[in-house]
Amino acid sequence: MEKIIKGKAFVLGDNIDTDQIIPAEHLVYSLTDEEEAKKYGHFALSGVPISKAGLPKGGTPFIEGDNFLSEFNIVIGGSNFGCGSSREHAPFALEKAGVKAIVAQSYARIFYRNSVDGGFLVPTESEVELNKEISTGDEIEIDLENYKLTNKTTNSSYSLKQLGSVLPIVEAGGIFEYARKNNMI
Amino acid sequence: MGMTITEKILAKSSGNKIVTPGESVWLNVDTLMTHDVCGPPTIGIWKHEFGEKAKIWDKDKLVIFPDHYIFTANKHANRNVEILRQFAKDYQIDNYYDVGTERYKGVCHVALAEEGYNVPGTVLIGTDSHTCTSGAFGMFSTGVGNTDAAFILGTGKIWEKIPETIKFTFNGQLPEYLTAKDMILAILGDITTDGGTYRALEFDGEGVFSLGMNERMTLTNMAIEGGAMNGIIAADHVTEEYVKSKGVYEYEIFNSDSDAKYHSKYSYNLNSMEPLVAKPHSPDNKDTVRNVEGTKLTKAYIGSCTGGKISDFKFASKILFGNKVKVPTFVVPASTQTAKDLEVETYNGVSLKEIFEKAGCVIAQSSCAACLGGPDDTIGRSVDMDVVISTTNRNFPGRMGSKKSEVYLASPLTVAASAVTGVITDPRDFL
Ligand code: SF4
Repeated sequence: MEKIIKGKAFVLGDNIDTDQIIPAEHLVYSLTDEEEAKKYGHFALSGVPISKAGLPKGGTPFIEGDNFLSEFNIVIGGSNFGCGSSREHAPFALEKAGVKAIVAQSYARIFYRNSVDGGFLVPTESEVELNKEISTGDEIEIDLENYKLTNKTTNSSYSLKQLGSVLPIVEAGGIFEYARKNNMI
Repeated sequence: MGMTITEKILAKSSGNKIVTPGESVWLNVDTLMTHDVCGPPTIGIWKHEFGEKAKIWDKDKLVIFPDHYIFTANKHANRNVEILRQFAKDYQIDNYYDVGTERYKGVCHVALAEEGYNVPGTVLIGTDSHTCTSGAFGMFSTGVGNTDAAFILGTGKIWEKIPETIKFTFNGQLPEYLTAKDMILAILGDITTDGGTYRALEFDGEGVFSLGMNERMTLTNMAIEGGAMNGIIAADHVTEEYVKSKGVYEYEIFNSDSDAKYHSKYSYNLNSMEPLVAKPHSPDNKDTVRNVEGTKLTKAYIGSCTGGKISDFKFASKILFGNKVKVPTFVVPASTQTAKDLEVETYNGVSLKEIFEKAGCVIAQSSCAACLGGPDDTIGRSVDMDVVISTTNRNFPGRMGSKKSEVYLASPLTVAASAVTGVITDPRDFL
């Protein structure tokens, strides 16, 4: 697990559901074929209504043109991030688009589990409504050792919630690595 | 201190005498269910992680229902079904219900009940968020992603955090203008889409136990719309009769102790409730039908694991009988059994199928269809600025297809009444 994650923020509102993260019509592509799987990156967050993409202004596409990688690799959400379906394609799509961390006020259970157990990205929880404090494009640094987020653009720091009981799984890099470490499989 | 049904089942499954909300336990899974969207990646992860020695922990406990993208020309979608078919053949999976055969069932959550996989007291995990539906049978059931499912496929185990339980008691009996859909929309409006996160929703009271199994499944089905881990209803004689009719005789019935601790409790009086809708774009955006009456529609949809069961079509037929629909109306029986029942069940001596045909509805083949939008050629999919009234469970932006469309969620009675008038209409105007 990387302890320091740096990148540009992409800011979203509350209740970003899995249909907005990766619309259902795209769930048909292979996740194992590397070339085909890039489509998930390309369509990541394409279901977010454009007026609500890249807050506070909106109107910022997460992915430009034909790309599958986003210039933003830290997603800042509000409450209930990832609600809706059980599709693991959601954290997968964000990872394919280059997202390294999500910071939201709260998560839907299945999305949170998928992110942690699949070892896709680190979902951390903020104490305050960070999506009201951070603007899309701000330079962010997340320090997972000290549970601190710094907005380099505005020079402000915020504390993050501890990962708690899932920390060993996050550190191992997913449920399979965790189970191997503990001789469960 | 007493325990809730959910706690008791999870204690049994994890081999503990007592479990307490907040603690993490490893559960022994009784049934694992997957489908065409999440099955192929689950199999992929399982093969990758276990490598040469990949072995299914218990073949009899694995059930596979292709149901999401079935009647489409989309080649990637069809490839997913082929992957399942090949897997079932390679590993001799008896509980595989192939497309294009007599065994094809349709929507997994309804099929699980019909095929006798719902067993009181057991733990069922599925790669679909609406797996919580099975909780109507007094069992623990919840949805997970591909990695967790792949882990179960190889080990039969999963870690879960024991949830706190919220209890909902319904007093009185359902008046003829309400259905279980109105009950769950009322709850969602009250607790919102994350009020149940990491919690169990337990449904109780006379108003719940007077419902048949299909209607009970409508309640537990939408527990996930409140963010809940599971929904649960204690098994009673109605449940026992149902599962026995499916050949299930071994089960265990758990009830919550009277001194069980709940996160919170809500109670409702069915006699004072009104028909409800969830307005765009969230299942918790509750309003009364009366308040949005007259909203112009372009489509009506009766289908899905929530609102495409035979009980839902019985409700709809009461209003559609002798009437014609004013907007394109799609009838999508959740399962092939439901489709057959449409020909057998009657209202006023006429089969439901005939009632729907005469009313001008389009009857589609059983599958998830436009409940989740799906490929472009999916029947009933919303396009452009469609305004849809639907018996499904989600109305997030783009869920039924077009990002610009608006979806109102309602009971089959309200959807049928609205289909006839072309604008949102209170079913009491017809009953
Ligand atoms: S009918 Fe809709 S909600 Fe039910 S399993 Fe299919 S896609 Fe999911």
